Amino acid sequence: MIKTDILIIGAGPTGLFAVFEAGLLQLKCHLIDALPQPGGQCAEIYPKKPIYDIPGFPEVLAGDLVDNLMEQIKPFQPGFTLGERAETIEKLEDGSFVVTTNKGTKHHAPIVAIAGGLGSFEPRKPQLENLAKYEDNGVAYMIKEPEIYRGKKVLIAGGGDSALDWSIFLTDVAEEVTLVHRRNEFRGALDSVEKVQQLKNEGKINLITPAEVVALKGENKLEKVTVKNTETSEEIDVEVDNFIPLFGLSPKLGPIANWGLEIEKNAIKVDNTYDYQTNIPGIYAIGDVNTYPGKLKLILCGFHEATLMCQSAYQKIFPDKKYVMKYTTVGGVTGFDGSKKEAPKAVVKAID
Amino acid sequence: MSDIKLKITDREGVLHEVDAPTDMNMNLMEVVRSYELAPEGTIGICGGMAMCASCQCYVLSDHQLPEKSDDEEAMLAEAFFVKDNSRLGCQIHITEDLDGLEVELAPAED
Repeated sequence: MIKTDILIIGAGPTGLFAVFEAGLLQLKCHLIDALPQPGGQCAEIYPKKPIYDIPGFPEVLAGDLVDNLMEQIKPFQPGFTLGERAETIEKLEDGSFVVTTNKGTKHHAPIVAIAGGLGSFEPRKPQLENLAKYEDNGVAYMIKEPEIYRGKKVLIAGGGDSALDWSIFLTDVAEEVTLVHRRNEFRGALDSVEKVQQLKNEGKINLITPAEVVALKGENKLEKVTVKNTETSEEIDVEVDNFIPLFGLSPKLGPIANWGLEIEKNAIKVDNTYDYQTNIPGIYAIGDVNTYPGKLKLILCGFHEATLMCQSAYQKIFPDKKYVMKYTTVGGVTGFDGSKKEAPKAVVKAID
Repeated sequence: MSDIKLKITDREGVLHEVDAPTDMNMNLMEVVRSYELAPEGTIGICGGMAMCASCQCYVLSDHQLPEKSDDEEAMLAEAFFVKDNSRLGCQIHITEDLDGLEVELAPAED
């Protein structure tokens, strides 16, 4: 069981900055995120896009903002459970919470701060009638263990980096690799596009474009997929063992929607007049995942919400302690790792 | 600068005639959101970067629209329910030329 003071769900900019504000109050944080790396949307969707409305940064790349936040919170030694999705929450008798992920990792904390953004990123599934029937029975949306495709006939659909990269990789493992994409053009790193071209020329990748998968066939497991040429409307059946649609990720609020929190407009309602607490005392929601009158989904608003949440969390954890907010310029930053940053002392010296 | 009229059919099939300003640097996705013609969280998810297809719409009138950028082309190639007249609302900038534009919102992805 992982124990911490504030359990933060979502490691995007808002969640990361909450670690800093909590650290100033000597509160420890642990973050859970469904993505394999911290940074949320900034790292997953648009790391190379500039952001112009972070106060004090005329321009900053989303990926750099994440790197800076990670550097800023390093002294406070946050824990991370990455690549796992927060699934269930249980309130214990003493008012604290146990949050369990889809992989069974348990986290115990008196305060839970949901900084889940748009939700957890789930693979986009193609709209095929009997898709569910073949899930884990020939159809997969991500490749976890490439070895299971050894000697198999694999058909990948998609036109982005992951479709290209896995097609390339699987030519060394699978018996047959077919890549289906709705256009002749692929959107990926130039290297990957050229490599696929080369493998196609060598006959190692069976490339079908412009086309899409329109039907799945098979008795108990996937046996064939029907591929339709989108120009000629001609349909062919391809014999396969595995079909892997790689159409990117889309955010879903997911299991959090079933935690008994008040939801409005696909977001969690919070008390914006005070501390961004939800209808369940001890559970807060900050950043893009919350809603209140006048809500703006801006990173800078998330930072503010995280700051007020931490103050409230402190008072909840230590109801009897007196505390006033201290400026970092005055108090400096003392990390849990023993590091100390502070303003240099002014020199007092007489001038002759 | 003045407002233009748009006819937008929502995902329930209801037609809305709305005014859209040409001087607010808005795009079609933002117009739809400002009138709440689709629930928050189901449209404009990526914020307008052509990185999701939640603002996909079908263009019904024969207005001359700006060419699709590579990003929009690529996104539409991976979107669902795509038709020949599909566009991403976030990539359609509201200008006076679009007065009378008629669009229908594409279904939400599950």
